[in-house]
Amino acid sequence: MPATDIAVIGFAQTPSVRDDARSEVQLLVPTVAEAIEMSGVDRREIGFTCAGSCDYLTGGPFAFVQNLEAAGAWPPIAESHVEADGAWALYEAWVRLQEGDIDTALVFGSGKSSPANPLELWPQQLDPYYLAPLGVDPASLAGIQARALLESGKATERDFAEVVARSRRAARSNPNAQLKGDVDADALLAEPYFSSPLRRHDLPPITDGAAAVVLARGDKARQLCSRPAWIRGLDHRVDPHQPGMRDLTTAPSATLAARKAGYDGGPVDVAELCAVFSPQEIILREAIGLPEATEINPSGGPLAGNPVMAAGLIRIIEAAARIIDGSANRAVAHATGGQLLQQNLVCLLEGE
Amino acid sequence: MCSDSGVTELRTSETKLEFPYTRTVGPIVGAFLTGLRDGKLLGTRNRDGRVLFPAVEYDPETGEALTETVEVGPEGTVDGWTWVAHPTPKHPLDRPFAFALIRPDGADTAMVHAVDAGDEATMSTGMRVAPRFRQEAKGIVTDLEAWEPVR
Repeated sequence: MPATDIAVIGFAQTPSVRDDARSEVQLLVPTVAEAIEMSGVDRREIGFTCAGSCDYLTGGPFAFVQNLEAAGAWPPIAESHVEADGAWALYEAWVRLQEGDIDTALVFGSGKSSPANPLELWPQQLDPYYLAPLGVDPASLAGIQARALLESGKATERDFAEVVARSRRAARSNPNAQLKGDVDADALLAEPYFSSPLRRHDLPPITDGAAAVVLARGDKARQLCSRPAWIRGLDHRVDPHQPGMRDLTTAPSATLAARKAGYDGGPVDVAELCAVFSPQEIILREAIGLPEATEINPSGGPLAGNPVMAAGLIRIIEAAARIIDGSANRAVAHATGGQLLQQNLVCLLEGE
Repeated sequence: MCSDSGVTELRTSETKLEFPYTRTVGPIVGAFLTGLRDGKLLGTRNRDGRVLFPAVEYDPETGEALTETVEVGPEGTVDGWTWVAHPTPKHPLDRPFAFALIRPDGADTAMVHAVDAGDEATMSTGMRVAPRFRQEAKGIVTDLEAWEPVR
């Protein structure tokens, strides 16, 4: 049984913006400092540091090494990196904390999408023989997935528009959101298609940003935080890579990750889902088994700001924030990697 | 936003995104790509008798190593699609086209590829398509230039 006495006790994120003039490390330095300050941990006491980022975004091999400046790697520290969203860095830190010899860990995730065209960059992450040479891009794949959902009868184009409208309305109270406002579904449905049946607003915005989290164990967490957000379960799973070899209207790996994280479809106050295309929220809701009463993406979610490689970690931050401030007692946070919800991570958080 | 971090002028660097490696593609992916060069479509048969297309080395559901290749198609059915109104330089066609899931006759799964349909109104799930191969083949996936609607 994994330990259940590891908690989020500090966090910070940059605002999500279309084009931030600062470099990734410049985004991270103040963000990491703010998360450490909130936690009350002495920076020199941090037992383990793990970062998530994507070298393709920066455009050079080992680009992630520069980001270590934000952690302060002298005197030498124990650290690691994942070529994935910071949520997977948090997973590695959570596993490391279970060894029991350290009490605190620092996690961060960062990404700048502004320097390149995401439609040309992301095909690089796909299988290099069958998919990448065709330039199969995320918006086109999401269009195929959206049509599969429509033709299965599980959703309508209006359902997609309602997800977008609700996300942008919710984002009005999120100072870090990039896209916010009072829009109605009818107006959205009048827009032209981008990758049919998706319209531009069904796609995530292009965002630069970063986020950081401090984790602590047991008594250390209780000493430093009056109401820690305890991680009761955390798991990630993966589905087949080839989009034509699975049912795109479901996400079995999200279901499995949720069950392995200890979430069985019971009551939960808030869920923060990394649904980067509007139809994916409908798929995830069903896959994870969230009740009707659960509030989905009160932050606005990735449709309101999508700093890739931080967007999943921010879901954990937004869920933990609502536990720590007492407005929720049980929350689910979700992160995703790859294309079309191929890989999914689920984190179950609770108050005392 | 920048003043507190001391940025007064933007310094930029240009980088080129590429996959600059030469790899051995192995007996299954290699057979698939060689097949395309010769105008053939290959899948792999699993223990249950299902034919996975495009040919894969392992069954993604069970992890079973797959060794038996099976010729499928050449015609196929569109299982799903989207319309690319504004192709990028990375796309296989420089005019509007569909990205589609195409399942060749005799196969149980589909591959993502381009349908050179001319007009979005031509596209529908369930429509029949046929492959158009390039004259000068290189043994890569774009030897299959695009799929075309079958009247």
